[in-house]
This record gives sequence, structure tokens and C-alpha cells, in this order.
Amino acid sequence: MGTLLRLFFYGVLVRLVVLFVLGLNVRHRERLPAKGPAILAANHNSHLDAMALISLLPLRLLSKVRPVAAADYFLRNRLLAWFALEVVGIVPLNRQRTHEKEDLLAPVSAALARGEILVFFPEGSRGEPEQLAEFKTGLARIAERHPDVPVIPVYTYGLGKALPKGEWMIVPFFVDIFVGEPLRFDGDRAAYMDGYRSAMARLALEEKHADWT
Amino acid sequence: MKLPALDLWIPSSVLYTFGAIVALLVVATVVVALMRRGDGAGRHVELAARVHSWWVLVVVFAVALLFRRGITIAFFAVLSFLALKEYLSLIPTRRADRHVLFWAYLCVPIQYWWVWKQWYHMFLIFIPVWAFLFVAMRMVLRGETRDFLRAAGSIHWGLMTMVFGLSHLAYLLVLPDGKAVPAHGAALLLFIVLLTELNDVLQYLWGRTLGRRKVLESVSPKKTVEGLVGGALTTTVVAWFLAPVLTPLTPADSIAVGLMIGFGGFLGDVTISAVKRDIGVKDSGTLIPGHGGILDRIDSLLFTAPLFFHFMAYFYF
Repeated sequence: MGTLLRLFFYGVLVRLVVLFVLGLNVRHRERLPAKGPAILAANHNSHLDAMALISLLPLRLLSKVRPVAAADYFLRNRLLAWFALEVVGIVPLNRQRTHEKEDLLAPVSAALARGEILVFFPEGSRGEPEQLAEFKTGLARIAERHPDVPVIPVYTYGLGKALPKGEWMIVPFFVDIFVGEPLRFDGDRAAYMDGYRSAMARLALEEKHADWT
Repeated sequence: MKLPALDLWIPSSVLYTFGAIVALLVVATVVVALMRRGDGAGRHVELAARVHSWWVLVVVFAVALLFRRGITIAFFAVLSFLALKEYLSLIPTRRADRHVLFWAYLCVPIQYWWVWKQWYHMFLIFIPVWAFLFVAMRMVLRGETRDFLRAAGSIHWGLMTMVFGLSHLAYLLVLPDGKAVPAHGAALLLFIVLLTELNDVLQYLWGRTLGRRKVLESVSPKKTVEGLVGGALTTTVVAWFLAPVLTPLTPADSIAVGLMIGFGGFLGDVTISAVKRDIGVKDSGTLIPGHGGILDRIDSLLFTAPLFFHFMAYFYF
């Protein structure tokens, strides 16, 4: 039941919204992973971000594709938690430790061990539309732990215009999605984050995007 | 004025014309493929893209005309939506206008609803009067005055071209019977779309072979006087031959319409080029892959569709 519902959600509803109402302009699609484990690390402006990124992957991979999302936000009530876990299929992540020894990244490690493709937002939250917030180092910690898992930087533009934080009504806009080359961890977290940051900056420069004010 | 319903039975003239287009397109596809094999695949990209979009056009038209009028009207509504979306994604918009844009999109189904209901008066004034005033009202109530005129103007310009302009194509299908000779809406639609797209190709071919003098270099550097005049005159000749098959046009009127399509199509083309230059987007759809490139395919129609429609409405209906 959950699987069918998820297939209908991503196969019909999400694709209708993302491909028809919005419309994607994808560059370097061939850089997307053909199988897991892998991480798509994207900028975050909208609830539609994960939807758009998951639509990029073929439906036959759907059972292996999951967005990493904040547990405190998406599991805040039972209905939302059911929807987030069963239909959207999130990997819930606690943003704050509840006790000292808690390994916050354990759910991510477990998912990667199962060979899943994760959609990850290093900024942590959506923030202001079409503006890049500081990338948190969680991404580097994951990469350090799983040096063999390819991390693919993905830059998106337009989703924050279509559905920004605090809004409920989707307004159609074409969306640019630029896929980067996979990153490798070479022993230093700070250098790794610099590499990610500059990869994202290069992708952003592929097209001139005006600030949205 | 009570408008009688028009049965969308396709006359044989439309079918024959359609068959001829498909035959020509097969020939064109083969010729372009051979040219590309000879000169290398990197050459004639624009020509290949045009042939490709012709095939899309033919398939869509065939499907649309096979079904009832409602499907065809819905098809043009979707086309308007995609064109408006491409336009509103290209131009800079203000964050304060997000909700205004939603209303602008809502104008698409409403405008095509008037077409479906054959409410001619509302079809004519809805965008120029009601949507115009409503957008201004909605914007001013937000209270953001920075770039107000630019934003209001560009939203309304998008509605006028992508929604109001294109919807004239759909209204051809619901025109009542003409004054003198009965005219078939589907035949008129085929006539204007075919000649407009053909004119694009002819102007391109004339320009490529004989083009010397630039015609509007600051807007569209590849356009030449030879391309414009040669294309427009050839289109006029085709219009003269095709008019008796598909339209009630007299020979003199068919020449006027041919010239109107020839020069109007050029103006539509360069107008969209001017918009893109203003925004700073390169002036070819192939350079913005995935953005649909719909604007590049319909730019000429933005002028020719309303021009042809009102010419017909005034003189023949």
C-alpha cells in the first residue's frame, strides 16, 4: 500500500507538477548516478527541491531514492509524519542532539549502507528564496565516513520562486537544474566543503540568474 | 448576436493540404539529413530544429483536428500556458508580484473559456480591459512601487501576446458562417499557421542564399533585406495559390493577406528577438535548452494570428 501510494505520488502527482506546471531545464543529466549508494547535494529554497531532484531519476530507482529531511519539522505531528515517512519516504535526521552520545548521522549511514540514493541539502533549511545560505559541514562528515560514496553537487534555480518558504500556492516558473561532477573526500573536511562550495558556484555561473527581490 | 455552432467536420481540402504538408515534410527531412551528412552534423542546426518542430506541429495538428473542436481549443490553451510560462521565466519579475503572476496564469483558462463559449465580445475585451485593470489593481494593493511600471507593463505585455494574441488562432475555429462563401474554421487555422511557419523557413532560406544587406542589425543581426522581401513575396505567391483551396479570400485579398503574413511574421520574429536582447538572453532557442524554445517557434504567430483573424472577421464574417 505504502509502495503503491509512493509510486502514485512520485510517478503521477510530482511529475505532473514538476514537468508540466513548472518545467525543468536540466544540464549534464548524464552526471546523475545510475545506482546507489550516492548523494545529490543541492541548494535548498523550497519544498519542491526534493521533488524536482527525485523526478530527475528514473521511476525504477524510486524504491532506492530518499530525501534527507529534518525530523523536528517533518515528524511534528502524526499525519505529517505518516506522509513524510510513507509517501515522501524521507530519511529523518535530528538537527540537535538529544543526548551527548547520539550519532546524528546514523540514519544517513544506514541508508547509504542499504545502497540508497539520498537527496541532501547542506544548507540545512530553506532560507530566503533564491539566496544561498552557509553550507553546514554535515556533508563533509558524511563524506569522511563514506569516502567511496559519490557526492554530486546539484544547483537549482527557480524552485524558490515557484514555492518559497511560507507560501502554499505554487506559481509556475521554468526551473534550471545544473548537475556537477562527483566530489571525492581527500582527508580534510574544510577543504572538502571548499570544493563543494566552489563546485556550486561554478554551476551557478553557467547561467545568468537575476536576484529575486 | 447569436453565434451558431460550427461542426468540426474536416473538409477534403484540409485533408489534401495536410497530406501535401506531410509529403513535403518527408522530403525536407531527407534533404536536411543529406545536407547534414555532407556538411557535418554541426551545420544546419537551425534548419534541423525547424524541421523537427514542423513534425511536432503536424502531429499535434493531426491529433487536434481528429478530435472535436474542444480538444483543439484546449491544445491552444496549453500552448498559451507554456508560452506565458517561458516568457515570465525569462523576464525579471518582482518577488512582490508572485501572486499577480498566479492571476496572470489564471487568465489563460478564462480567455479560452470565452472562446469555447463563443462569447466574441468578452474574448475581445477580457485581456485588454479586464485583465489590464485587474493586474494593475492587484499590484498597487501590494504597495510595492519600486519598478512598478516596468513590472505592470511586462506582465500585461505577456498577457497580450501569449494569451490574447495566440487565442485568436483558437477563435478561428468557432467563427460563425461567413457573409458570402462558407468558410471552415479548421481550414483558416491551417492556412494561417502553415503560411506563417512557411514564411519563417522561406525568409531563412532566401537570407542564407542571397542575403547581403542587413535589415535590423541592432535587433537580429542575421536578418537581411533579401531574406525579408524574398520570403514575403514567396509567401504571397503560396497564399495566392492556397487561398482558393482553404479560404474564401478573393485573389486580391489573398495577395494582401500574403504580404501581411510575410511582413507581420518578420515583425513578430524581431519583436521577440528585441525582448530577448533587452533581457540579455541569446537570441536562439537552441541556446536555452529545455526552456522549450516555444517562444522561438511561435514568435511570428504573435503578429500574424491577430492580423489575419481581424482581416477575416472584418471582411468576411
